[in-house]
Amino acid sequence: MIPVTYYLILSAVLFLIGTTGVLIRRNAIIVLMGIELMLNGANLSFVAFAREFGMADGHIYVFLVITVAAAEVAIGLALVILLFRNRGTVNIDEVRSLRW
Amino acid sequence: MELYFFLFFAFVAVASSVAMILQRNPIYCVLLLIMVMISIAGLYLMLDAQFVAIIQIVVYAGAIMVLFLFVIMLLNLSREEGGMFRIQKPTAVILAVLLFLPVAAMVMSYPGGGTAPPVEGSQAGFGEVEQIGTLLFTKYLLPVEIAAVLLLIAIVGAVVLTRKGTVATGE
Repeated sequence: MIPVTYYLILSAVLFLIGTTGVLIRRNAIIVLMGIELMLNGANLSFVAFAREFGMADGHIYVFLVITVAAAEVAIGLALVILLFRNRGTVNIDEVRSLRW
Repeated sequence: MELYFFLFFAFVAVASSVAMILQRNPIYCVLLLIMVMISIAGLYLMLDAQFVAIIQIVVYAGAIMVLFLFVIMLLNLSREEGGMFRIQKPTAVILAVLLFLPVAAMVMSYPGGGTAPPVEGSQAGFGEVEQIGTLLFTKYLLPVEIAAVLLLIAIVGAVVLTRKGTVATGE
């Protein structure tokens, strides 16, 4: 059997890579994908703990997280399309003003 | 044998995600993220979470990533142009590693760390659709309803935001 610690380390590494992606990329779509990667890292530790304790509740949390991720992506991509329509760019460095 | 599967999936997931955040072409980014999703689904299968593995592939790799692909193709994005301030990348990596350290310390101090998880077969049908469905419609009924309303809000929000002639579009 694989110790649960291995899964937790892997999930932390995925979360770290997602954070780095959010911080270093300037394409708004890739930033959203970095957030997806972070959510996946969190999901992995939910499932690992569900297996560890023999309770399926962790699976329900993953289910709900995936629902929230779908809603977030729908709204986020709608905002990206709006941004592109109004500014002609999705580079978040160029979207600095707080007024439109 | 199981350890080899774990190492394989973990390697594919980490390598694909590192490649994803370094890749300049957004289309390749999406494809690499789908690789990450599929290897994580393999890890879910190893953790006896069949239902979660299936929705990981169907919803995440199948629906959410296709949405990303649609938007990238709709906006006709090509390579990202340069021009970020020079210390952004090293600063980001340092900050992320600083964030990682306390998490790693916490994982290492986990009391069950290093021991094997409980023996397989203590619960028949663990992680299968029947058990998940029973939980979803009894213990977690209210969260499921809230999630349904959240999805409805997301649908309406996306339509309102991207419709032409609204205040948000300025037309």
